[in-house]
Amino acid sequence: MRGKQPQIPGTRTTGSIIIRIILYTVLTAAALYFLIPFFVMVITSLKTMKDIRSGTLISLPKTISFDAWAKAWDSACTGIKCEGMKGYFLNSVQMVVPAVIMSTAIGAVNGYVFSKWRFKGSETFFTFLLLGCFIPFQIILLPMSQTLGILGIGQSIIGLILVHTIYGLPFTTLFFRNFYVSVPTEIIKAAKIDGAGFFRIFWRIILPVSAPIFVVAVIWQTTQIWNDFLFGVAFSGAESRPITVALNNLVNTSTGVKEYNVDMAAAIIAGLPTLIVYIVAGKYFLRGLTAGAVKG
Amino acid sequence: MNNKNNNGGLGGLLHRLENILPKIVLLPTFALAAIFIYGFIGWTTFISFTDSKLLPNYKLVGVHQYTTLFENFNLITHTSRWSVAVSNLIIYSVLFIGICIIIGLALAIFLDQRIRGEGLFRTVYLYPMALSFIVTGAAWRWILNPDLGLERLIRQLGFSHFTFRWLVQSDLAIYTIVIAAVWQSSGFVMALFLSGLRGIDDSIIKAAQVDGAGLPRIYRKIIIPSLRPVFLSAVIILMHLSIKSFDLIMALTQGGPGYATDMPATFMYTFSFNRNRLAYGAASAVIMFLAVMAIIIPYLYSELRGTRNER
Repeated sequence: MRGKQPQIPGTRTTGSIIIRIILYTVLTAAALYFLIPFFVMVITSLKTMKDIRSGTLISLPKTISFDAWAKAWDSACTGIKCEGMKGYFLNSVQMVVPAVIMSTAIGAVNGYVFSKWRFKGSETFFTFLLLGCFIPFQIILLPMSQTLGILGIGQSIIGLILVHTIYGLPFTTLFFRNFYVSVPTEIIKAAKIDGAGFFRIFWRIILPVSAPIFVVAVIWQTTQIWNDFLFGVAFSGAESRPITVALNNLVNTSTGVKEYNVDMAAAIIAGLPTLIVYIVAGKYFLRGLTAGAVKG
Repeated sequence: MNNKNNNGGLGGLLHRLENILPKIVLLPTFALAAIFIYGFIGWTTFISFTDSKLLPNYKLVGVHQYTTLFENFNLITHTSRWSVAVSNLIIYSVLFIGICIIIGLALAIFLDQRIRGEGLFRTVYLYPMALSFIVTGAAWRWILNPDLGLERLIRQLGFSHFTFRWLVQSDLAIYTIVIAAVWQSSGFVMALFLSGLRGIDDSIIKAAQVDGAGLPRIYRKIIIPSLRPVFLSAVIILMHLSIKSFDLIMALTQGGPGYATDMPATFMYTFSFNRNRLAYGAASAVIMFLAVMAIIIPYLYSELRGTRNER
């Protein structure tokens, strides 16, 4: 690998040292560019409004106050209600967990069929399903809201779970299918000769090697659904709003005095779950991104 | 379980069952995709040819909504709201894609010079991608705040006449969306390019070094040209992201001031859900859909053909 060896073998001239200094300076500057907005969010959330008005974006809080956090969680006003983010946080959890489980489980079985039990027309079907990864969701927004109404689950968390499960399927199917393609077909054939059936092969041979792709799919779906705003704002009601919609209402509310510290605390609360997922499992997060975005 | 050696009878039945089982398993997904993807696309397209207002009706009025949409369409003079949305999208996507690629490629090349702490740098560059656009929008809305934000900071540093109020200026607000979007996505482009760089065969580079070519020249003549597929992927992904842009606009400017930062996605939402002009909103959704498909289908086609040839 190029990265592991010296570029110019055996030389360490002043020129190359200067280049290294420039390299590290640029990379560090870039790191600051990415980090400073988050730093600003954190320190703003720990300031009092008086402190915010007298200081600047990057001035440190004079006294560290968690009042804004308490208010953001418990009593901040989003629209008419003033109950903070806690209820909406819970809504998001209740929406994300079932939607992730269902879309991942169905996607795994789909991927298994598309890779190991191909039949006439299965490839065509897969291509048409793949296209579902790309459609701008505006094209399904109107019929979906009609349909949810007819089904009696309009503006409910159940409705959101259904929507996220359906439109997550193309992605999860793609992940599993591409992963299972690399499982040697010979093993499957041998198992078939031994008399193992469709589900037995899936259960005994495929699932035990699937852990990495399950992690990728679960992380991808969790971040996608947690971070979604479009479906949330289009299909939720006052009681079923996910946290992104509540945060947007909070930040854009024009009544009363603007409390930037509360805004920032709420924004961090909304961002924290996916951020933790990223920090804990960054490698899998990236794999999902590249698989989900490049190919589909 | 089943026994295939036992021809006919129960074994044969089970064997046949095994053959249709995969199809049965796919059936729910097939039905869901047929209804909720393709059926719905058809429904929206149909509605766009009606005069539906608050509720859908099925009385066809031809291309009326489309002619209304493109009435007085002028990308320069902005005589209609749809032209504002489209020209915003063009300005935004050109800048967003261009800047993301420049930053992403530069960071990837720098990171590829056996940097100590590469993993840490990478983690830092990519974390905004884990955040919701709403969180990003909230953060940048505060940073770009016309009174207490960046303007105040720079003034306190001694530049007392510095003004930075893009967020509330109709002609400049669109660039604040570019700023926030680049911050969120350029790390991802870096990751794409970095994995592209890691895939390049070392021997070509060594040969060039033996021939006495300097590093900048090697990058210009060999490495960057060989990243062409990555450029293509990055452009397609970012273009796709920009056409769908909705969240960030809603969080940062709500399409304002006025409708100065409207884009097709917010346009569609406003007319369909706030102004009760279903058919009109549907027509704009169809245009968005066609635009995305015009980009994606050729790309998918070449990608899929590529992988089939490999097999």
